[in-house]
Amino acid sequence: MRSQLHFDAVVIGGGMAGLTAGTRLAQSGAKVAVLAKGHGSTHLSPGTIDVLGYTPGRVTSPEDSLARLISERPDHPYALVGADAVSESLQWFADCAANGPLPSYGYVGGLERNLLLPTAMGVLRPSAMVPSTMAGGNASGLGTVAIVSVPALREFHPTLCAANLTAAGIESRGITLHIEVERADMNPVGMARRFEDPKWRGHFCAQLLPQLRTEEHIGMPAMLGMRDPAAVVGDLERRLGRKVFEIATLPPSVPGMRRYEILRSALRAAGGRLALGADVISHERSNGRVTSVATHAAGRDLTYLADWFVLASGGFASGAIELDSHWVTHERVLGLPLRGVPETGSPRFEREYLSDQPLAAAGVAVDGELRAGGTDNVFVAGASLPGATPWREGSGEGIALASGYRAAAVIAGGLRTEESVTS
Amino acid sequence: MTDLLELALLRGSLDHCVKCTICETQCPVSNVTPLFPGPKYAGPQSERYRVTDEPSVDLSVDYCSGCGICSQVCPQGVKIAEINAQARDKLKRQKGVPLRDRIITRPTWLGRAGTPVAPLANFSLKLKPARILIEKTIGIHRDAAMPAFAGRRFSSWAHKRSDALQSARKIVYFHGCGTEYYEPWEGEKLVAILEHNGFEVVVPKQDCCGLPLQSSGLFDDARKVLSTLARALDPYLTDDDTIIVGNATSCTLMLKREGREVLGLEDDPVLKRVSERVYDICELLLELHDRGELKTDFKPVEELVAYHAPCQQQGHWVGKPALDLLALIPGLQVREMNARCCGTAGTYGLKVEKYDIAQAVGRDLFDQVAASGASTVVCDSETCRWQIADATQRPSVHPIEYLYRAYGLDS
Repeated sequence: MRSQLHFDAVVIGGGMAGLTAGTRLAQSGAKVAVLAKGHGSTHLSPGTIDVLGYTPGRVTSPEDSLARLISERPDHPYALVGADAVSESLQWFADCAANGPLPSYGYVGGLERNLLLPTAMGVLRPSAMVPSTMAGGNASGLGTVAIVSVPALREFHPTLCAANLTAAGIESRGITLHIEVERADMNPVGMARRFEDPKWRGHFCAQLLPQLRTEEHIGMPAMLGMRDPAAVVGDLERRLGRKVFEIATLPPSVPGMRRYEILRSALRAAGGRLALGADVISHERSNGRVTSVATHAAGRDLTYLADWFVLASGGFASGAIELDSHWVTHERVLGLPLRGVPETGSPRFEREYLSDQPLAAAGVAVDGELRAGGTDNVFVAGASLPGATPWREGSGEGIALASGYRAAAVIAGGLRTEESVTS
Repeated sequence: MTDLLELALLRGSLDHCVKCTICETQCPVSNVTPLFPGPKYAGPQSERYRVTDEPSVDLSVDYCSGCGICSQVCPQGVKIAEINAQARDKLKRQKGVPLRDRIITRPTWLGRAGTPVAPLANFSLKLKPARILIEKTIGIHRDAAMPAFAGRRFSSWAHKRSDALQSARKIVYFHGCGTEYYEPWEGEKLVAILEHNGFEVVVPKQDCCGLPLQSSGLFDDARKVLSTLARALDPYLTDDDTIIVGNATSCTLMLKREGREVLGLEDDPVLKRVSERVYDICELLLELHDRGELKTDFKPVEELVAYHAPCQQQGHWVGKPALDLLALIPGLQVREMNARCCGTAGTYGLKVEKYDIAQAVGRDLFDQVAASGASTVVCDSETCRWQIADATQRPSVHPIEYLYRAYGLDS
């Protein structure tokens, strides 16, 4: 035995970009494997689809601002993928959610106008598309709000959130419900399990109701069930007689995990294969083409041969791009050439943590079809791409979706050409 | 193993922990009980306080079921489950090992004792008073699913049969204890499938892989048992192409990786040679299919089944080959369950102090099975199947069962 498997396309990375590319390729009829070292930002980020939030002022219409960004910044990932890929991929993802494993749990919004949702800090944050259980928190639709949580969720402070919301013009009050959970310290995932139990919900609402005044909306940390959040929210609204919405928490992220599940099940439904724990450790090349990658599997390495590869392994945050101790920057998976690395002598970092950070905008050099420099058959998607500052732009999910979608479309075009040549 | 290597492979990996909490989101145990604080707390965080000659800092690590999901999902490659398994070994040395854990971790002893008196043993294990007595005396929960002895041994069938296929293409079969004593028909079906595809199946004399011992923190015994098994299989690797296949996915994982890493046997050249040749049956059949060497003369099987990939199957890091194999069978509809774990984790769910946790862990899976409308639950690991069948009141079978039927080998 050789421990080899053949695919039309292999996607390296199981985040938003990788799952999108893999699913789109599988849907176009390709035999696909998605290789993931582990779970990543999918389980940590808020679960919203942020397309463009700041340029640097807060963006009202992502559509308009996107058009401007594309014309002004030809090196930006959005300029490479084009506005059509952004809107098509958003629609495609909304369809995946609507037909996905979570009943009545959809994504609402679009490119016309950003929604403004409260963060756990009570700051209003722009997102293009959000889970239906969070959409009720859109600032323009809010009356008076009660922000409610339990002490066991130690990283969510209702009074802090409410005070900042009030300062932002939304009259809010924090309620910390002193309700026993069986441990002193819970994360949102553990709480989500509690909220799946109708008895717990009854208990929770019985404690909360006497404390409510005239508030019209109840904002709660995003922990209202993992498998059927629409039913949990619906039940709470019925019991409380008020609208209930979820607020993104600090990691781990329950809505992020739901979003992962939507994409994972879409990949499987299309026949794609997902291997977790499959860390890519080496690759083979021949004449400008990557011909195979090897993963570290139990007992031995497993080689995946493919005609096409998508690199969606992330940037510095995931460790796929690194600055080594000699101050040299590398793409670690396939050793691809980078673009945007600050030249020797020019600043790599800025003092302020969340400022532009020149080095962090470095990424794999690609052409206008997202093809990696020096290769014919490797396409790049997501945070591996250069030129963006998603933590400032509020653009991470939009770039991941649109570039994963676009990379798959280019490859699918190539597959069709191959077919017509051979037939 | 040298201390330096050990440090780099296991303990050293904890420095890569960025406290992202992804393992905490996936841990089946900490999500249902406060008795286990979660893989991050018990692993990379507590490990910093574990000093060789000092007492264990954290007794809760005993409640880790050893499913290994934390290591699988860690984006930084931290060996969380392996670190916790070693901490459990130290805890057991310190606190002592209950008699129960010395018994249920020895499937070979149990099998040899139970097989000749199978009707009586099976009858007794179904009697409530007997189970209560067992619970009170040694601590096996009265309601925990216990497999029935088959009353015959797979190896007896394999060595006695006269119609075995002879072929130049040989595969060595590691059947494990579950097939040997409890489900010999699984082994017979595996042999039929491989012979249908033109392989001669060689069945060496063999014994336990040591995984139950390792899971209960009896590392010295586990090392002996695993080394013995490796030396029983090694002589059959007569050329570079010979491979070993198994249908007990947790036991093949033990041979492939867990034993080497967790028990610190990376330096054993025989185990290394053997572990590199071990395949899980579905992994093997899918690779054969990829090479165009798997027969696909499948007849339709009009059925709706649920598929649950056991934690230990996922620990092979090759995806879920059973899903792709079952997709080859016309008519068969497969619903993939996405629950994390069935709860039993080998012998964990048998223990009286852990039974309720195991049931709570499995609840998500059991509910999904009930909602799926599936008649049968397909699953690669025998202890998981026993737990699932007991909890869902549906038959639970190995994926090869459906390949066997689709090939028409049952007629």
